[in-house]
Amino acid sequence: MSRKHESAAGHVSGRAVYTDEQNPPLGLLSLWPVQAPHAHARILALDTAAAAASPGVVRVLTAADIPGENDTGPILHDEPLIPADTVQFHGQAVAWVVAEDEAAARAAAALVKVDYEALPACLDIEQAIAAQAFHLPPARVQRGDAEQALAAAPLRLHGEVKIGGQDHFYLETQASWVQIDAEGLVQVTASTQHPSETQHIVARVLGLPANRVVCRCLRMGGGFGGKETQANSFAAVAALAAWRTGRPVRIKLSRQLDMQLTGKRHPFLARFEVGYDSDGLLHALRLALYADGGWSADLSPPVLMRAMVHVDNAYYCPHVAITGLIAKTHLASNTAFRGFGGPQGMLVGEEILARVAGALQLPADLVRERNFYRDDGDGARNQTPYGQPVVDNHLPQLWQQLKHDSDYAARRLAVAAFNAQHSTRKRGLAITPVKFGISFNKTEYNQAGALVHIYTDGSIQLNHGGTEMGQGLHTKMLAVAARVLGVSDARIRIMATSTDKVPNTSATAASSGSDLNGQAVKAACETLRARLTPVAAAMLGGEPEAVRFADDAVFLDTPGSPRLEFAEVAHAAYNARISLSATGYYRTPGLSWDPKQGRGHPFYYYAFGAAVAEVEVCGFTGVHTLRRVDLLHDVGDSLAEGIDRGQIEGGFVQGLGWLTCEELRWNAAGRLLTDAPSTYKIPTLGEVPQDFRVGLFRRRREPSTSVIFGSKGVGEPPLMLALSVREALRDAVAAFAAVPAAVTLASPATPEAVFLAIESVRGTAAAGAPAAATAEA
Amino acid sequence: MTTDCQFQLNRESVALRDTDPTESLLRWLKRRRLAGTKEGCADGDCGACTVALLETDAAGKAHYRAVNSCLLPMGALPGRCVFTVEALAADETCLHPVQQALVDCAGSQCGYCTPGFVMSLFAGYYGGELDDTTTEGNLCRCTGYRPIRAATQQLAALAPTADRFSAELEHAAQPGSAALGSYFSPATVDEALALRAQHADAAWIGGGTDLGVELSHGKRVAPVFIALDRIAELRQLHIGDDAVQIGAGVALSVLESRLAGLFPALDQMLPWFAARQVRNRATLGGNLGTASPIGDLLPVLLALDATVQVRSPQGARDLAIADFFLDYRKTARQPEELICAVTLPRRAHVLSAAYKVAKRQTDDISIVAAAFALELDAQRTVRHARLAYGGVAAIPRRARRVEDLLLGKVFDQALLGQALALLREEFQPLSDHRAGAGYRRALCASLFAKFAAEHLPGAAP
Repeated sequence: MSRKHESAAGHVSGRAVYTDEQNPPLGLLSLWPVQAPHAHARILALDTAAAAASPGVVRVLTAADIPGENDTGPILHDEPLIPADTVQFHGQAVAWVVAEDEAAARAAAALVKVDYEALPACLDIEQAIAAQAFHLPPARVQRGDAEQALAAAPLRLHGEVKIGGQDHFYLETQASWVQIDAEGLVQVTASTQHPSETQHIVARVLGLPANRVVCRCLRMGGGFGGKETQANSFAAVAALAAWRTGRPVRIKLSRQLDMQLTGKRHPFLARFEVGYDSDGLLHALRLALYADGGWSADLSPPVLMRAMVHVDNAYYCPHVAITGLIAKTHLASNTAFRGFGGPQGMLVGEEILARVAGALQLPADLVRERNFYRDDGDGARNQTPYGQPVVDNHLPQLWQQLKHDSDYAARRLAVAAFNAQHSTRKRGLAITPVKFGISFNKTEYNQAGALVHIYTDGSIQLNHGGTEMGQGLHTKMLAVAARVLGVSDARIRIMATSTDKVPNTSATAASSGSDLNGQAVKAACETLRARLTPVAAAMLGGEPEAVRFADDAVFLDTPGSPRLEFAEVAHAAYNARISLSATGYYRTPGLSWDPKQGRGHPFYYYAFGAAVAEVEVCGFTGVHTLRRVDLLHDVGDSLAEGIDRGQIEGGFVQGLGWLTCEELRWNAAGRLLTDAPSTYKIPTLGEVPQDFRVGLFRRRREPSTSVIFGSKGVGEPPLMLALSVREALRDAVAAFAAVPAAVTLASPATPEAVFLAIESVRGTAAAGAPAAATAEA
Repeated sequence: MTTDCQFQLNRESVALRDTDPTESLLRWLKRRRLAGTKEGCADGDCGACTVALLETDAAGKAHYRAVNSCLLPMGALPGRCVFTVEALAADETCLHPVQQALVDCAGSQCGYCTPGFVMSLFAGYYGGELDDTTTEGNLCRCTGYRPIRAATQQLAALAPTADRFSAELEHAAQPGSAALGSYFSPATVDEALALRAQHADAAWIGGGTDLGVELSHGKRVAPVFIALDRIAELRQLHIGDDAVQIGAGVALSVLESRLAGLFPALDQMLPWFAARQVRNRATLGGNLGTASPIGDLLPVLLALDATVQVRSPQGARDLAIADFFLDYRKTARQPEELICAVTLPRRAHVLSAAYKVAKRQTDDISIVAAAFALELDAQRTVRHARLAYGGVAAIPRRARRVEDLLLGKVFDQALLGQALALLREEFQPLSDHRAGAGYRRALCASLFAKFAAEHLPGAAP
């Protein structure tokens, strides 16, 4: 099925409307924050008088203005909306100016006088470990006896890897506007992936029951996890401003404010020891994972857990002991980002496999495939450390197909030949797998609702609990509804996601948007079809079982059957006093998860994919070119192939950015230095390989699960296909070594990092200048 | 000079009276509720706010130029024609070919960056320039760009047909002098110098790709601006047998096409200089006036022994580029002096090349930029040597000690080794968010080693 994005024409014509572009009500006010110049400080005094008297200023909001609970934490209640006494990260908003326009608010924010007492700040994971500053007690995932198995393993190695974070860099920054109607109903329009949570947080801050707040989301200009919780506090501050001024209030962050105030993908630190044998088979793993949570817990506990249950990636290891801790640092609070900890966990897994292969001087692809989960008889080698079997494991076939399609073996030889002939440029080639668990780890989030109305003219309104951020969810939901009701897309209008249409929704996240909402939409449409069927049967003079809905018509599956217009049937149903409005509801079956034990069956199924990347690295500079990429990904029976390809390509390139050019840097005071696209570099078209081949895997066996129309979630898994680029860079760096050497490569693998890695394997680091790089920083 | 200011927006005349000349076109459009043009950064780095500016070149030929509306002060607009995405299609059923190509190729996901891509492609479509560089200044976070590349290729394969936008190119005229409040746009150098004499606190503004960032962020910068972007004298380009004289107001994208093949170092550096939208506005004069220590073209000018011509009411003078940069963003140019042209001598036997290393190779600020020019005689004796760097000191600088070492000696492995050793010690760069000092020092040497390996085979380390 090839479908265009439902808003494509709106996108290209500039007519698709985003949150800050709706026709604003009269008297719309704007906000600007007063930002703390310390990463950690006590607020001694705050004087807003001069700012309040500034032209255009309507009010200055402080913690004292909050009528409800001063908290926006989604899990723990540890996140004040406006801090009353303590600054917890550099740039945190300690007050907000409400003014007639943004320029007036910004000018007045500079007039707010705040006295601070600076406190010692903890600015990275290592400092947090030294201070034992963690948000929660350790989390664990374990199987077997890792210590004993390590001791007994023929070979062992240990290592450490540091993984940088990533800014979401959605093109549309955080945006909300709030209007309170004359009867006190708080109407929030937000660029949020989680309207229900935004509704609840606004209600919490204003001290209202949830039924007094409606949150709507039209569409987002990108989300990627960055608007799963991060939208809440900005919607809440706009709501607070509207509450206190009695006027509608908007907020849309400048790019710099957005980058300074919002959380990012978690930086991680991993320390591991692995036991293995001379074939490269894993025997045991002991791993400590540290996630940089930032100042508050936010979603860090589930992010860390997803990392812990994705370290295994596609590999079986009999004895495993993983502990995870969330560092409490004085930085913006890190949050969900496409993959939700999975990418960091899998990077560690691939690092371990690469180091084992390097130590044995075996081809990395061989060591990888030897360790694959395999469904061979008793299932012992197909069992994850957290107790879930790898259901419908297509990976070994997919891997072989990609190796074949990408001409891997011949290119391996070609790369070796090139490297033998060139001393200053080296090529690298790598293939890496992806196995990613689909479902929210937290079982209760795996539910969804929909609300479908058919009007008497045969037009249809479709509401569901998911949000559109560019991923094409609305397009897929349209496909589901059109298919079940047998109507054309033109008959259906998708409505803005709204908490008064579908309540108690989950975030549109975890690659589960289509799976969950699709089933709910299907259920609602099937209910309506079932109600229309007897009406149509009577009109057509046939049996209900014979009634068919297709091509905007209703007919019997008998030759020569008369055809009714869909609208005729709808109107007849109305006349017969049959409800033309239905809800649909879905919960994912068979899930269980015990977070304390780190065990259960958290995922309905797994998404699989694999990638081959080939790079060429310049030995003079560490700069690389990505020569060719081949991706093969399993999307099941795609609901919309064009949309799915877009997710695969886009996810890969976003992962490429995380692993190669996107680098977050802070100064010694904890101020983010890379807070604009001039300093924080996401990929451009120039970074995308000219030879970029993307295939959809055609599985040979029917799945054992029943996902909506046989499809598979595709939002997050392809991001991790980019690990192939990191491993190809490692392969190229290794080729610079005079004698075989272990390659340690920082993440992101910037030109500087690659250059240092080359210097290191050449053995010139001690003599050359680069070793001084950190000492002078 | 006209003060009855108007400009053409999507072919409708708009009065500019009482408009703040320092407000960006992007902000102004947003206030006018033309929401198709998006703000992704307001820094000129994401391209979401790209619009097409109808411009005539020095020869009088009209082009659509993709520019970042966030960097375009309203003061620059009197007499100009601007097209935004809203102009391209009356409704969603009659899309422009560039819009249709993006739809056909699934070139949009969230759609927020899309109008910017549309306008970059629009300018490329009518200019016959449709390749990866057409949209290199547009960031997309969703698609991974592959569909956008496909749309660009699909458009490039189309035979362009005459339409209302191509008709527009037939009767475009270069705007004359104008003033919007305290933003003056003179049409001659004399007029510009006279204005400067009247307004001692005025700032020169060229393409505005640097000052425009400050203005976009609401900084005041200066009480008065004298814009240089409609002075015909500054947009002249003379390609002589012995030298090339480049008007200080020639857009870098024009240099890219007009000077192609003349100076390898320039050919190599220009594509790495920011992105298409910026090069459509940025000028050599602006680059020299800003005098950033990491201005990518400045090492090239140093390596090519450029001469900078400046003028003031007191007269004209030539400044050797070697004496131009004094200290951090401080130059030998007096504040009242206007940079009018840059002369590059043509030397037949000089090997030149330029290199740039950045975190991202497209549209990034360099970690180190370098330009080299070397002349060897038949005996491989070095007769001329220029090794110039950006990003390693407070000003763009030549490695004089290394040049002195090389001059008069036979270029061989041993000499190269000595030069590299000296280059590692030549500068004391800083560590910052772009890179560590050690990497910068290492690059000073290894970029010259790369130059030697690529251009002087036999001398490679």
